[in-house]
Amino acid sequence: MGRQRHTAALDTAGCPADRTRDLQGRNTVELLSGADMIARFLQDEGVEYIYGYPGGAALHIYDALFRQDKVKHILVRHEQAATHAADGYARASGKPGCVLVTSGPGATNAVTGIATAYMDSIPMVVLCGQVMSHLIGDDAFQETDIIGVTRPIVKHSFSIRHPSEIPEVLKKAFYLAATGRPGPVVVDIPKDMTAPTERYEYIYPKKVKMRSYNPVTRGHTGQIKKAVEMMLKAKRPVFYTGGGVVTGKASEGLTDLVKQLGFPITTTLMGIGSYPQSDRQCLGWLGMHGSYESNMAMHHADLIIAIGARFDDRVTNNTSKFCPTAKIIHVDVDPSSVSKTVRADVPIVGPASSVINEMISLVQGQSISQPEALTEWWQKIDGWRAEREGKLYEPSKPGEVLKPQEVVEALCRVTRGEAYVTTDVGQHQMFAAQYYKFDKPNRLITSGGLGTMGFGFPAAMGIKQNFPDDDVVCVTGEGSFQMMMQELSTCKQYGVGVKIVNLNNASLGMVRQWQDLNYKSRHAHSYMESLPDFHMLIEAYGFTAITVNTLDELEPALERAFANKHELVFLDVKVDPFEHVYPMQVPLGAMRDMLLSKTERT
Amino acid sequence: MRHIISILMENEPGALSRVVGLFSQRNFNIETLNVAPTEDPSLSRLTVTTVGDDRVIEQITKHLNKLIDVVKLVDLTEGNHIERELMLVKVKALGAARDEVKRTVDIFRAQIVDVTPSLYTVQITGDASKLDAFLQAMAPVGILEVARTGVSGIARGDKVLSL
Ligand SMILES: Cc1ncc(C[n+]2csc(CCOP(=O)(O)OP(=O)(O)O)c2C)c(N)n1
Ligand SMILES: [Mg+2]
Repeated sequence: MGRQRHTAALDTAGCPADRTRDLQGRNTVELLSGADMIARFLQDEGVEYIYGYPGGAALHIYDALFRQDKVKHILVRHEQAATHAADGYARASGKPGCVLVTSGPGATNAVTGIATAYMDSIPMVVLCGQVMSHLIGDDAFQETDIIGVTRPIVKHSFSIRHPSEIPEVLKKAFYLAATGRPGPVVVDIPKDMTAPTERYEYIYPKKVKMRSYNPVTRGHTGQIKKAVEMMLKAKRPVFYTGGGVVTGKASEGLTDLVKQLGFPITTTLMGIGSYPQSDRQCLGWLGMHGSYESNMAMHHADLIIAIGARFDDRVTNNTSKFCPTAKIIHVDVDPSSVSKTVRADVPIVGPASSVINEMISLVQGQSISQPEALTEWWQKIDGWRAEREGKLYEPSKPGEVLKPQEVVEALCRVTRGEAYVTTDVGQHQMFAAQYYKFDKPNRLITSGGLGTMGFGFPAAMGIKQNFPDDDVVCVTGEGSFQMMMQELSTCKQYGVGVKIVNLNNASLGMVRQWQDLNYKSRHAHSYMESLPDFHMLIEAYGFTAITVNTLDELEPALERAFANKHELVFLDVKVDPFEHVYPMQVPLGAMRDMLLSKTERT
Repeated sequence: MRHIISILMENEPGALSRVVGLFSQRNFNIETLNVAPTEDPSLSRLTVTTVGDDRVIEQITKHLNKLIDVVKLVDLTEGNHIERELMLVKVKALGAARDEVKRTVDIFRAQIVDVTPSLYTVQITGDASKLDAFLQAMAPVGILEVARTGVSGIARGDKVLSL
């Protein structure tokens, strides 16, 4: 990479690309400033949207973005929203999201969003301005050691030390973010690295090679064979699949494999949609608020086939009581996830898609050795299903306040189960995941690992801009929505037509539920006496708000909200503040130990 | 059990902090740590001693391997290996004790590398337990200051940790 420096006077028309010429006067290499290199690189990398907020250290980059129109910059109203918007886009599209923030407070505001992406393994590249290199370490104005601050919540990070490194470092950043187990990558860019007067050769690096980073491309064939043998012999098998199948783009293969074997499947919250939920073999999702039949099936299984899932504590409950009779096959692209909390009998390190494809080819033409046992297993599962059928919650009686569950069911009907649904965090999140039925991956967009209130609305914004013709709805709570509601202004600026369904229980419902269960209903700060008039608030931004109080208002309001794809509509739906989310696993118990309603327990 | 993990990593700013940060972030423990560039200036070799059961050690090595800057690593305690640590100790050397210290230094095949009328500065190398034993022997005389490098190690035989 040419490190030779070419200085040019800053001309008033901006800084068009300079070029060196050979003797015949033909262009050879392009000379660009660091800032222009960033803009050019993003174009060459195919980045369409970058979410950000300007400030001193990032201004050269902002100027470079201004002088081009291929990469569209979306100005958010808070840097956290930029990261969530990029994250939402990444989850829905499978491509890395991209963020640009300034140094100091700009970068620290982005931290929650970076942590959110990290916990759910979402590919994202965050470009942070930094003070000029000679000032680093001096507590300069708006200086934060953002590499240090984000170290535990990034897949990797880089600091630019010379402008000529920019194309290569950015290429590495995008490559790292998207390959292996994906994750956020932070690039710290001191202001002098982007100075418009210093130009260097720009070449888009087509390839990257890093001697210290070689993600696995396939699993161990012997182990896969062993796993398939166990699968064919199993009497009470269950697939347990997670976000790794979604981010690993392996849903189709998984569906094939599961259908061929005829086994039941349960997914994690992050894995919802990796197998069609309306199919009979799908038991829903598992864990703390998972379905009764999922948790019962896991507990009684003799073989668990875990793919792209990480045995998170919200799934396993007490690991020492976890699935006492099961052997465990664990497929994951990240070796450190395997046997981390629960020991695997057959560990397979490899990407979900290639391992699943190998499994399919091994299963083809084979038949399971104990078909009667599987039939019996299904009878048991169908029994569990039947036990809870129609008893999941008590619908509201005429004239009574709505139940949040029935709102989500109506939303699913009106959008034919095809919308992108983002959520915030709380009871409404669980209800959205339980009662909306997802048949496709990448459709439920939720902060699973970090549980970030405020995630849903900006995430929906990021998705809608990239999928303008699809329905994108954020199911939120009045608590969570208030954490990122300033983004209404962004939606106004760019005409983003997301729908917001506010399950307004006038309380921090999930907190209140725990207080009901564990603190004798002492509702310490979980009741919100001072809610705004959401109707007026939304109208202040020039959008439509509809308040829903009763069941007969519900569907017409939803129909109206979804009538125009390009209009932001906010539904303020008043729901029962005393409702709890069930099932709920009993703390420190096994998977099968659940509260099923306010009065029933397994 | 105590393990010695040797790591080859990119000699990049911040690489060391990622390793150290990983240990505190994941609640792993570091007993000793030692790091310096290798014959190839683009690579550093870092040796860490840590204590944990098999599950913890497996997690430590997996997470270290996951760090982008880590090129290769080996758990030296899995095979035959040589373990060395260097220590500099200032001990009181007055009166009768002066000869006593000298004799003990010889027994441990250590060296006196600096002298004043009242103290000796001793240099000693060996595995950690030998250094501990020397300190124990010196305790009655009076130890004034100790500087240990932390453990470094290498596998015995033909095995090499390199690119
Ligand atoms: C940023 C953040 N702060 C605090 C919490 C803890 N928390 C989890 S759920 C919840 C209540 C959410 O209230 P609301 O958005 O109204 O949803 P509801 O449970 O009422 O449906 C809180 C405070 C969190 N998850 N995220
Ligand atoms: Mg609420």
